[in-house]
Amino acid sequence: MRIGVFVCHCGSNIAARVNCAEVAKAALNFPDVVFATDEVYMCSEPGQESIRKAIVEHRLDGVVVASCSPRMHEVTFRRTVERAGLNRYMVEMANIREHVSWIGHDKDSNTRKAIDLVRIAAAKLRRDKPLTFKTFEVVKKVLVVGGGVAGIQAALDCADAGLDVVLVERKSTIGGRMAQLDKTFPTVDCSTCVLGPKMVDAAQHTRISLMAYSEIEDVSGYVGNFTARIKRKASYVDFSKCTGCGLCTEKCPSKKTFDDFNEGVGTTTAINIPFPQAIPKKAVINPATCLKLTKGKCGACAKVCPTGAINFDMREEIVEERVGAVIAATGYDLFDHSKYEEYGGGKLPDVITSIQYERMLSASGPTGGHVKRPSDGKEPKTVVFVSCVGSRDPAKGRPYCSNFCCMYIAKQSILTKDHIPDSQSYVFYIDIRAPQKGYEEFTRRAQEEYGTRYIRGRVSKIYPEGGKLIVRGADTLLGTQVEVQADLVVLAVGVEPTPGAGKLAEKLRISTDQNGFFMESHPKLRPVETNTAGVFLAGACQGPKDIPASVAQGSAAAGKAISLLARERLEADPQVSHVNPKRCVGCMKCVRVCPFKAIKETTGRDGLPKAEVIEAMCQGCGICSVVCPQGAVQLEHFKDDQILAEVEALCRTWVAKSCE
Amino acid sequence: MSDVGGKELRIIGFLCNWCSYGGADAAGVGRFSQPTDLRIIRMPCTGRVDPLFVLKALVSGADGVLVSGCHPRDCHYSEGNYYARRRLEVLKRLLPMLGIHEDRFHYTWVSASEGARWQQVVTRFTERIHELGPMDSLDPELAVCAIRELGGENGQADQPAPASGE
Repeated sequence: MRIGVFVCHCGSNIAARVNCAEVAKAALNFPDVVFATDEVYMCSEPGQESIRKAIVEHRLDGVVVASCSPRMHEVTFRRTVERAGLNRYMVEMANIREHVSWIGHDKDSNTRKAIDLVRIAAAKLRRDKPLTFKTFEVVKKVLVVGGGVAGIQAALDCADAGLDVVLVERKSTIGGRMAQLDKTFPTVDCSTCVLGPKMVDAAQHTRISLMAYSEIEDVSGYVGNFTARIKRKASYVDFSKCTGCGLCTEKCPSKKTFDDFNEGVGTTTAINIPFPQAIPKKAVINPATCLKLTKGKCGACAKVCPTGAINFDMREEIVEERVGAVIAATGYDLFDHSKYEEYGGGKLPDVITSIQYERMLSASGPTGGHVKRPSDGKEPKTVVFVSCVGSRDPAKGRPYCSNFCCMYIAKQSILTKDHIPDSQSYVFYIDIRAPQKGYEEFTRRAQEEYGTRYIRGRVSKIYPEGGKLIVRGADTLLGTQVEVQADLVVLAVGVEPTPGAGKLAEKLRISTDQNGFFMESHPKLRPVETNTAGVFLAGACQGPKDIPASVAQGSAAAGKAISLLARERLEADPQVSHVNPKRCVGCMKCVRVCPFKAIKETTGRDGLPKAEVIEAMCQGCGICSVVCPQGAVQLEHFKDDQILAEVEALCRTWVAKSCE
Repeated sequence: MSDVGGKELRIIGFLCNWCSYGGADAAGVGRFSQPTDLRIIRMPCTGRVDPLFVLKALVSGADGVLVSGCHPRDCHYSEGNYYARRRLEVLKRLLPMLGIHEDRFHYTWVSASEGARWQQVVTRFTERIHELGPMDSLDPELAVCAIRELGGENGQADQPAPASGE
């Protein structure tokens, strides 16, 4: 084999801490290396052109590029060698930037390490062989998990592009967090008025099949050919018969059920339709509080239902859907402020969360849009907003900024003034973060036009005194202690991943970051993709996001799914396992360990049982290789002899050095 | 010279492509400085790591071997790291029987977002290997044998690389 080695300076990123010329020179001593050079930017057009030229001039069979991480540019250089007529898999990369120059300070050690990494890559490349890919058919259907604004947007975009969509929502209605909001910043337009039409569109679109009150049981398969098993939870109401008239909710005697949609502001009935604009507008029975389901008597709803939709014997069922791509849009949950003992630990009735306040402000909410103190139902005249409750607080395990609280505090203070003109709002803040279009002006308006008083500092304690709440904190701009006598305190609770996010990540085989949000493939260049091909992210499940960003990401994820499924067939990665039938003894250990059921038992020419890999299903993990007692099943480009060659390439030099 | 001080030692890391290799990349992007002794070999999954690779490295001249993959429940291939955990745990117990200090081998989990954690893992492991010192120095004669062995096994005539870079 004739190998060429190309060492990249990456400007000064590598060259400042690695002697690139020396690396190239050393590489010339490696077996089969016939050409080596260094260049300022290998990924640039002239850099790639020099690789192409060298391949032709020096009749190279394979190329080692020593530059950045293969996770960054492997695809780039595969294309480069392909343009020069080589097989695209005849490239190996030595990561001398992320793993060398960016982490080591000593140029000599770095250079030695870089030489070793090139040595490994060349040793592996010598045992690489050209691979050709096969193609497989795709299912032109998308699964969207989560029916919030991001999921709805993604579903609509996919459906408009001609793809079939299954939209799965955990709750009985789509709309998500946005449906709970009264108004939206910075326009102060009605949230439901903006969202409602989109919800209706999603429900009525001929290509979208809406599965409300359902959850993902598991997902198997691979890009283009996923199989999702979806659990339809028992709602005890036949959705095909329910008209959403609401008679049942009027007659239900169990009126002390926790009101999930209204965040516990007021209570609701055991059979319940969350809000008037719910889509689908169907009643659902809460089995924990329903008298018929808990005690076996009542059944008032069944008696009054004009269509006979109530079915107390309903059981959950599993529905299977085959899809080509998955968009996760599971949104966010809110921080439990009872962890802040100093703010009453959740025990002071007049210390409420921002989302509870939002429900209070909403005309369709439990208070009919009248702001009332939970303790005595009186209208508060002094309202204090506390920002960053469960955000930017490493002590509470929440080091990150929740992104949109600053803005909704400003909005809620404006709305407070609208609702109660003789009220005064105070905001305790760390910083005011208002970087998007029209946001800065909006927070200014809250202060200048609506007289909201912003106090820069954290609140140290909230305690009741004489029917009021004393909010004690620091004003760091004046350098003094401040105390506000408040009627109502609203905590801007931070954003956290939904409780089921971790489990869903496992089912979709995607990762979560240190805070539990789904992890994107690349923070800048692949923000809606995941490391699992065919699985995309939209909205706050990837990190705290406001409505415009969630909608944009919903569209972005849809765009990715559309471009993926626009093709009739996809190329399968040929770096898969193969069984050498001559060595296979038919023990079928590999069949049992394969997580993708990609190895099956067949009969060989000699009539004996043999294992065989189904190439389109193999994902290239290599678990099978390790269990095979005969070394018969080998993963292309990660074969035993290749990995051993890498180990040996290092060890041989080390042993040689120690002999000097 | 390594950041740990003294002579650089010989450490091989087997990292899964999806989590720990990404974590090592993240550490680089974040400029989390680390000792330079470690050489990383990229694997598709820790489930691909044959314990014999680790053993091969340790008997062939490595002073330490580090394996790192996705956290349990976070494997890109669902369960590769579980297979790895079982195999490597057994390996860890076998090493002393072969006369190799078990601390020369370590396996752990680092996700692609945990750059700072990767820095810690590398720094601690490198320090630990430096405390143990180089593997019982190879008898020069044995070493020559070993070289011949390695060269012979590959069936190639190439000389041990002539101390490149030094």
